[in-house]
Amino acid sequence: MLKKKWAASIALATAMFGGAAMAADITLYSGRGESFVQPIIEQFERDTGLKVNVRYGGTPELALLIQEEGRRSPADLFWGQDAGAMGALANAGLLATLPESLYNELPDIYTSETGQWVATSGRARVIAYSTTRVDEAEIPESVFDLVRPEFKGRVAMPPTNGSFQSFVTAMRVMHGDERTLEWLKGMAANDIVTFRNNTTAVQGIADGEADFALVNNYYLPRFVSADADYPVAQTFFAAGDVGNLVNVAGIAVLNSSRNQENAQKLVGFLLQPSAQQYFTQEANEYSVTPSAVSNPLLTDVNLVLERAPQMDLDTLADLEGTLRLMREAGLL
Amino acid sequence: MTLAMAPPLPVKSRRIPWLLLIPAVLVALSMLIPVVYLFLRAFQADVDQALALVFRSRNLDLLFNTLKLAAGVLAVATFLALPLAWIVTRVRLVGQGFWTTLAIVPLAIPGYVMAYSLLSIGGHYGFMSRVFGISMSNIQGYWGAVWALALYTFPYLFLNIRSALQGLDASLEESAQSLGYGRFDIATKIVIPQILPALMAGFLVIGLYVLGDFGAVALMRYDAFSYAIYNQYAGAYDRIYAAWLSLMLLALALAFVLIDVLLVRRRLSSVGSSSGRQVSKVSLGRYWLIAGPYMAFVYLASIALPAAMLLYWMLQVPVEAGLLTRVSMTFLNSAGAALPAALLAATLAIPICYLSVRYPSRLTALIERSTYIGYSLPPLTLALAMVFFALQTAFFFYQTLGLLIVAWTMATLVLAMGPIRSAIMQARPNIEEASYSLGYSGLQTFRFVLFPRLRRGTVAGIVLVFLFCMKELPITFLLSPTGFSTLAVSVFSRTAEGQMAEAAPFAVAILLFSSLSVGMMLRQEKSQ
Repeated sequence: MLKKKWAASIALATAMFGGAAMAADITLYSGRGESFVQPIIEQFERDTGLKVNVRYGGTPELALLIQEEGRRSPADLFWGQDAGAMGALANAGLLATLPESLYNELPDIYTSETGQWVATSGRARVIAYSTTRVDEAEIPESVFDLVRPEFKGRVAMPPTNGSFQSFVTAMRVMHGDERTLEWLKGMAANDIVTFRNNTTAVQGIADGEADFALVNNYYLPRFVSADADYPVAQTFFAAGDVGNLVNVAGIAVLNSSRNQENAQKLVGFLLQPSAQQYFTQEANEYSVTPSAVSNPLLTDVNLVLERAPQMDLDTLADLEGTLRLMREAGLL
Repeated sequence: MTLAMAPPLPVKSRRIPWLLLIPAVLVALSMLIPVVYLFLRAFQADVDQALALVFRSRNLDLLFNTLKLAAGVLAVATFLALPLAWIVTRVRLVGQGFWTTLAIVPLAIPGYVMAYSLLSIGGHYGFMSRVFGISMSNIQGYWGAVWALALYTFPYLFLNIRSALQGLDASLEESAQSLGYGRFDIATKIVIPQILPALMAGFLVIGLYVLGDFGAVALMRYDAFSYAIYNQYAGAYDRIYAAWLSLMLLALALAFVLIDVLLVRRRLSSVGSSSGRQVSKVSLGRYWLIAGPYMAFVYLASIALPAAMLLYWMLQVPVEAGLLTRVSMTFLNSAGAALPAALLAATLAIPICYLSVRYPSRLTALIERSTYIGYSLPPLTLALAMVFFALQTAFFFYQTLGLLIVAWTMATLVLAMGPIRSAIMQARPNIEEASYSLGYSGLQTFRFVLFPRLRRGTVAGIVLVFLFCMKELPITFLLSPTGFSTLAVSVFSRTAEGQMAEAAPFAVAILLFSSLSVGMMLRQEKSQ
């Protein structure tokens, strides 16, 4: 008897907690980290009264998971770290076409030609370095130079990270698979220090585990705004180098979603001035709408675009090919 | 030799109560699910692809790294456990019981929390840099993983060696002494061979633990099998390769068990049971100059260090209104999933134990043994297989709390069976006999005669499983439903992002809970 009562009350309790976690209006798969995403999602929930469930994971992980789940995917939206993953999903025919009214104010570089995903923020690839162990003159002209012996064991990379993989895809588009594979192999042979993500790679420099890191631009400012003496700085390679790739985080609605309308509300919300201001001010990224006030910690966007290589972001969709190459180089 | 365990019942051709047999058989069958799905997934690859995956040179690196990790952990754990066990059993020591208890306490600190505290020492915002102004690099990679795992697991070895030393017959050593053997010879020719089985058993537990560990290895970013499987799953998303790596890890675990069986069982046969006197204790005298600092090191590193690091970060926890609510909500999440798993495990354990004790046969023995599959599968492998299972066959189960609870139950059923089995064995069968002779069926006898006497064992089983699930990481990490986070996952993901202070309150909550489980162990130890 006792046991039955127990079981009943526990079933009830589970249903309550479990239910609280499950009952949501929209499910978002986010390849962007929780610390960036959570505040803005909470704001959206307060503004609209809709409840959002977020599944966090790596951008490539979730992009491929959605492909595996296919039409049964529980996700309504996918928010990825880079254009490549968005393009891969668009090519797989899994994304819904967004109403043009959502994005017609955005500059062309921030929308996909397919109309199936939009950029939520822009970011640049940089090379971060230790201010205590690196002399600025040491920083090479090109990302290709990092295979040289003087960089052995000193360069940090996050090979499993979506932005990094997108950068490798850009290298393939610009320089071909052969040269890219050679570079990847050269880096592997040069004893790179691998990290799970950009944040820890930047921290790895401060913690003395590496001297350089190939990361996105917005991680370091978070540390610097909390601690002006943070012993890491970042800069660009020579103008036009693929190491200075400008990429975007993008969001899309899945065409299998049964909550198209609510899902589009979230897309619209992320392109609103308040959300865009958040991306610039708090997340240290570049806003995709012109209205946001620029952040003094960020390098001027015009300078960034001047340094960046010419790249059509819709061409970065071959995630599979990049993963294959990285596997061949022993990085994955 | 199941006869030895059989109760002195007249084996009338009493029929097995099928109402109990059905769930038991179902459990045994479901234990096959993860294994089957792992193979299914692995063989989704065509032959060329499979060959390429199996013979990737990276697999050899991973194998080498994993073995190197296991060897390092065993060496460090032996260093931490063997001399300590000898000191607390053989040396005249004030507070012997206290020191023994203290050596078991590190079991309360999960590997990922141990890794967390080691990662707190070095680095830019680390303890050494901020408190003493000494800038040192992070402790990570191979040595980080070795120490995190050894500091957490050495108590298993300590407990094994201690009971072996206590069980040694004093007369053996005394007669060796009277035959003129020196201390060194006695140690190498008598004591060590006698405790070797215990040492090997401890090695096996720790070795399997090292193979299965995910948290510490991933936080230390050491390229062992489990971390590579995770990276394939999460970063590169090659799930077929992840399945192959899982099969290799499984083969490695089996190899460990086989080696143990070959080495130990052979020796065990030569060791008679000893119930002799205890050896008289020695005084260390000036050797305390070595033993003292040694003991101080073991206890400081395994207990004081994690405590100090947690305190260090707790003092820096960002003051935030929602934090306490978040920690308690996460706690409720953990408990709300762990409790059903514990109840389910205990409920399933009862019929299995009952059948195998009261109706010993090949079938019931097979059922009982099948439960070890879930326990001995590396947890990450089990979780991965369950993801495949849900995606391919049971999509209604996909990303649900139910799947997590079922996977936890599979992994912990053996834990629940321990106390329940001994409760059944302790219940005297003659009352059940009486019930049969009064014409009650097997099922009625079970329900009204035996079941009420299993309360204590059942509660113990429930508590063991509950506490295990509260701190479990790899299965939770892969199978949590969207928007569902537990204490363990919170500690892990924050630490992996380098948010040490933010992780601290969750880690403290886990420690409070795991110290309960160690308290349970100590109580059981005392009552035995």
